[in-house]
Amino acid sequence: MSTKWKLFSSVSDKKAWKNFGKTLKFSTYCIFHPFDGFWDLTREKRGSMGAATFILVLTLITRVLSIQNTNFQFHKVNFERVNIFTEILGILVPFLIWVVANWALTTLFDGKGNLKNVYMGSCYAITPYPLLQIPLIFLSNFITEDEGTFYYFFDYLSLVWCVILIICAMMQIHDYTMGKTLLSTIFSIFGMAIIIFILLLFFSLIGDGISYFYSLYKEIAFRLY
Amino acid sequence: MSQLKKKITRIITSLILLVMLIPSTAALADAGYTYNYDFWEEVQQSPDAYSVKATLTNIELGIEKKMSNASSLFVRDNMIYVCDSGNNRIIQLKFENDVYTVERIIEEISGSEVTTFNNPTDIFVAKDGHIFIADQNNSRILKLDNELNTVLEFVKPVDDNFEAGVTFLPQKIVVDDAGRVYAIVSHVNKGIVKYEPDGEFVGFIGATPVKYSWYEYIWKEYLMTKAQRAQTENFVPTEYDNISLDEKGFMYVVTTNFDEAELMTDSALPIRKLNSLGNDILIKNGNFPPVGDIDWDNAGGYTGSSKLIDITVMDNDTYFAVDKTRGRIFGYDDQGHLLYAFGGNGNKDGYFRNPTSIEHMGKDLLVLDSIDGQITVFTPTEFGSMIFNALDAYDSGDYDLSADIWQKVLMFNGNYDLAYIGIGRAKLRQGQYKEAMHYFETKYDDDNYAKAFQLYRKEWVEDHIGIIFVVFFLVLLIPLGIGRLKRVRKEVEKYEYEMETVFKRKR
Repeated sequence: MSTKWKLFSSVSDKKAWKNFGKTLKFSTYCIFHPFDGFWDLTREKRGSMGAATFILVLTLITRVLSIQNTNFQFHKVNFERVNIFTEILGILVPFLIWVVANWALTTLFDGKGNLKNVYMGSCYAITPYPLLQIPLIFLSNFITEDEGTFYYFFDYLSLVWCVILIICAMMQIHDYTMGKTLLSTIFSIFGMAIIIFILLLFFSLIGDGISYFYSLYKEIAFRLY
Repeated sequence: MSQLKKKITRIITSLILLVMLIPSTAALADAGYTYNYDFWEEVQQSPDAYSVKATLTNIELGIEKKMSNASSLFVRDNMIYVCDSGNNRIIQLKFENDVYTVERIIEEISGSEVTTFNNPTDIFVAKDGHIFIADQNNSRILKLDNELNTVLEFVKPVDDNFEAGVTFLPQKIVVDDAGRVYAIVSHVNKGIVKYEPDGEFVGFIGATPVKYSWYEYIWKEYLMTKAQRAQTENFVPTEYDNISLDEKGFMYVVTTNFDEAELMTDSALPIRKLNSLGNDILIKNGNFPPVGDIDWDNAGGYTGSSKLIDITVMDNDTYFAVDKTRGRIFGYDDQGHLLYAFGGNGNKDGYFRNPTSIEHMGKDLLVLDSIDGQITVFTPTEFGSMIFNALDAYDSGDYDLSADIWQKVLMFNGNYDLAYIGIGRAKLRQGQYKEAMHYFETKYDDDNYAKAFQLYRKEWVEDHIGIIFVVFFLVLLIPLGIGRLKRVRKEVEKYEYEMETVFKRKR
C-alpha cells in the first residue's frame, strides 16, 4: 500500500519531474564530453535510473519506428515476416546480457561500478542512436538513394558513436585505463556468449524435462482411458 | 441414434470429399506448374504462361525407330531438325497447317569419304540453306548444301592448343551470317573454337579468365605438398555446355560447370551473352541474376542448383533456358527479369525426364527429351502472350498500350511484379509521378522509384515555393527577432538600473 502511494506521489511530485528532466538533459552533455560526463554521471549523481530507462525505451521505439517508416529505398522490410517483439527483444536482450556480463566481469577485475552504474552508463551511452535515427527517418522520406550518402553516413555514425561512448562509459565508471577497458570489453563479449550458451542449455534441458513428464502423463492417461 | 448420426456424418463427409476431388483433379495438375520469384526470393504461384500444344515421338511422326539419345534441336523458319544421335540420323520435320510432318530423314551424305554419321550431336542450318552438322565421333563438322553434298569439312586444327593424341570431339555449333563456324569441343576449355568460312582455324573466343582467390592461391602454391597438389584439380576455366545465336548475331552460351556458392553473388554466370570479342554483355537488372531456381527445394530427391543446359533467344530478346536438374524452363526478358518458370520432372505432358535441347518457332517453344525420345511443343497461353505483347509495346515506345496490357495481366496474376513496374514506368512517362511511386514501392523497385520521386519532389517544390519561402523566413526571422527583443529589453533594464543607481547616488 505504502509503495503504491510512494509511486503515486513521485509521479505527481514536481521536484521528481524536474530532477528527471535535468538528468535526462545530462545525456546530451555526456555524448559530447564522454570522459567528463560519465565520471560525473554516477559519482556526482547527475544521472538517474529513470532517465536511463527512458533512453533505453526511446531506443527501442526508435528501432520500431525506423523499421516501419524509413523509406524503402534505404531499408527494405518484408513486413510479412517482421515481428515487432522479436525486433525489440533483438536489441533489449543483448543489451541486458551485456550489462550483466560486464558487471560480472568487472567485479572480478576490481571495477568500481556496480550493476546499477553499468546499466546507467550503458543506457546513457546509446543516446546518439535515437537522437540521430529519428531525424534520419524523416530525412529518408525526402531524399533519393543517389543522395543517400548523408543518410548512410549518419546511419553508421549513430552506431559508431554509441560504441565509442560505451567504451568511454565503462572506462570512467570502472575507473580503468584504456587498455584495461578494451580488454574487459572483449572479455565481456565472451561472457555474453557464455551466458547465451548457458541460457540455451538451460531452456533446452527444461524443455526436455517438461516433455519427458508430459509424455509420461500421456502414456498413463492413454492406458487408463 | 448415435449410430445413425455417425453414419450420416460419414456419408456427408465422403460426399464432400468426392465433390472436392472431382473438379480439382484438373486444377491440381496445374498447381505449382508455373511460378515466379518475388523480391524476397519466395516462390509466387502463377497462372500458366505456356501450355503443351503437341508432343512428337516416333509414333506421332510415323517413324519406325524410336529416337535414341537425341541431343539437339534446330529450327529454321518452319523446319525442325532433330539430331537423333543414337540412331546416327537427322530427322527433318516440317510445320505446316498446324501439323508436324516428316520432311526427310538424313542418314547418308555424298561427297565425303565417310558418308554416314557417327553420333551427330548438333545441327545448324544457315540462312542460305547450308547445313552444318557436328559429327562428333567422326571428329568433323560437316558443311552440306541442301542436297546433302559435302561442301567442306571442318576438322581438328593443326595447332599447339590441340594435343596430338586427343580425339577431336565437336559438340555444339553455331554459324554466323558470314559463314564463320563456332564450336564447343569436348575437353577444350580455352573457349569456343572459331573457324573462318574456308575451314581455317583462327582461335578461341569467350574463354573465361581463371578465377581464384588469394587464399586459394597461397594455399595451393606454397602450403600444399607436391603429392597433394597432384591430387587436387588445377585452376581450370569453365567449359560451355551449349551455344545459341540470337537474331542480331550475339552468342548466348550456357554452362553447368560452376561453384554453386557463386551463383547468387553473380560470379558463376551460367548464362552469358558474348559479343564478337567474347566478352559477357548480358544485362542483369532483375532482383537476382538469371541463374534458374533461386530456392532449391530438395524435394523428390532432386538437389542442388539448376543446371541450364540449353538456351534459345526469341526475336524480342527474351530468352528461355532449360534446366536438367528439375526439368524446368526459365524465361527471362531482355533486362534479365524472370518472366516465369515452368515445367518439372515427370512423365506427364509438359514434364521431362532428361531435357537436352530447347528451341523456339515464333513464340512456340520446342523441348527435346532424350530419354523419352520426344519433342514437346509449348504454345503461349492468353496470359503468356499478354506478357509478350506488353513487353513488345514497351519496346516499341507505346507506353500507354503497354500499361493497359499490364493492367490486364494483373487481372490474371496479382502477384506479377513486372506488371506493377510496367504500369509504374508508363505512369512515370505520363507524368503521374505519385501513382508511379506507389507502383514502384509496391514491388521494391528503388531505381525507378528514385526517378519518379525526384520528379515528384521537383514538382512539389515548384508548386509550393511561396509557402516554403514564407516558412523559411519565419524560421530564420523569428529567433532573430526574439533575440533582438531580448537584447533591447536587457539594454532597457540595464539603463533603468543605471539610472536608478545614478538617482540613488544623487539622493
